[in-house]
Amino acid sequence: MADKPRIKLPKEAKKGEIIQIKTLVSHLMESGQRKDAQGKPIPRKIINKFSCEFNSKPVFSCALEPAISANPYIQFDARIDEEGTFRFAWTDDDGSVVTAEEKIALKA
Amino acid sequence: MSIRYGSLAVLATAALTLSAIAVFGQEAERMGIPAPPGHVFKTIISGYQFRTKETRALQDDDLENPGFLAVERAADMWKTVDGSEGKSCMSCHGEAETTMKGVGAAMPKWSEKLNKPVNLEQQINICRSEHMKAQPWPFKSKELTDMTTFVRFQSRGMPVAVKTDGPMSPWFERGKEIYYTRVGQLDLACASCHEKNNGKFMRADFLSQGQTNGFPTYRLRDQRLVPLHERFEGCMFDVRGVPYKPLSDEFLALEIYVAWRGIGLPVETPSVRN
Repeated sequence: MADKPRIKLPKEAKKGEIIQIKTLVSHLMESGQRKDAQGKPIPRKIINKFSCEFNSKPVFSCALEPAISANPYIQFDARIDEEGTFRFAWTDDDGSVVTAEEKIALKA
Repeated sequence: MSIRYGSLAVLATAALTLSAIAVFGQEAERMGIPAPPGHVFKTIISGYQFRTKETRALQDDDLENPGFLAVERAADMWKTVDGSEGKSCMSCHGEAETTMKGVGAAMPKWSEKLNKPVNLEQQINICRSEHMKAQPWPFKSKELTDMTTFVRFQSRGMPVAVKTDGPMSPWFERGKEIYYTRVGQLDLACASCHEKNNGKFMRADFLSQGQTNGFPTYRLRDQRLVPLHERFEGCMFDVRGVPYKPLSDEFLALEIYVAWRGIGLPVETPSVRN
């Protein structure tokens, strides 16, 4: 989980413009359904929640389930009415949270 | 009962017709490069052309392509000092973007010192044990596959340019012999699928020409990057044979020969495949 998440969104947008946000995070997403070579179950370890806030207001969030493949890729749209900062958070089953921030400016 | 079977047969016919249309549709799009004179193929086609448009889209977008997670990990590792000499890859090689350009496209390469060819994984480990005095990374380890991907990524878009003459020629011949030798319970050679039957639909998938220009490749099936010799192992396992060991002389010879079969194809590392 130490890897930096990959995020893509425009550096600036017009007021009222709808922009696309793409995120990719490195994670094993172990489902908890598999067994190891000795036949013992491999404990579940997934990212169970993703959330995105813009200037502390929620934009998008979702719960992730065990059937989602490794390195989850999430894409969504947002309307930009003011300049500010997006905050992204991925919550792991073990409680650790990976966060990232991206700024966006308004086009004159 | 007869009505049930009747409708099943109609369904089956409809499904067959549909799949035939789908197969035709995909074949028509496959683009390749003309092969040099004396080559086994008329047109050399990358495995990319045999994949669905969804898989291709995943490879085409550098952000969506999960192989880039490895490229970024290895870019950090490139600068990280390891071993008793206090060196990183960067201490000798500088910026990978310039010094490693084209290196991956020409591998495996002849080593005068070892009097045998070496591939990218082996060269990385030679650097680690001889120049950095660090532990060599085991094959299939995340670190070795990441670094191999990173170095080969610096040649992305450049044509595969492996040398097969001079001291390499006995290795090339050995690789060719392995390519055409039937192995395993299913009694299949590499050529049985990838030369004689490429483009056909088999095991819920299209058989490709078995080109290596995209390796290490992010396999959706494994949800991680898979190095070439692991794929060789997988193929031999699938025909119920006993695979050679990764990084063995046999697989090295095969790597040289198969690279030649894809000569001129652009390097696609990190590619995305099924």
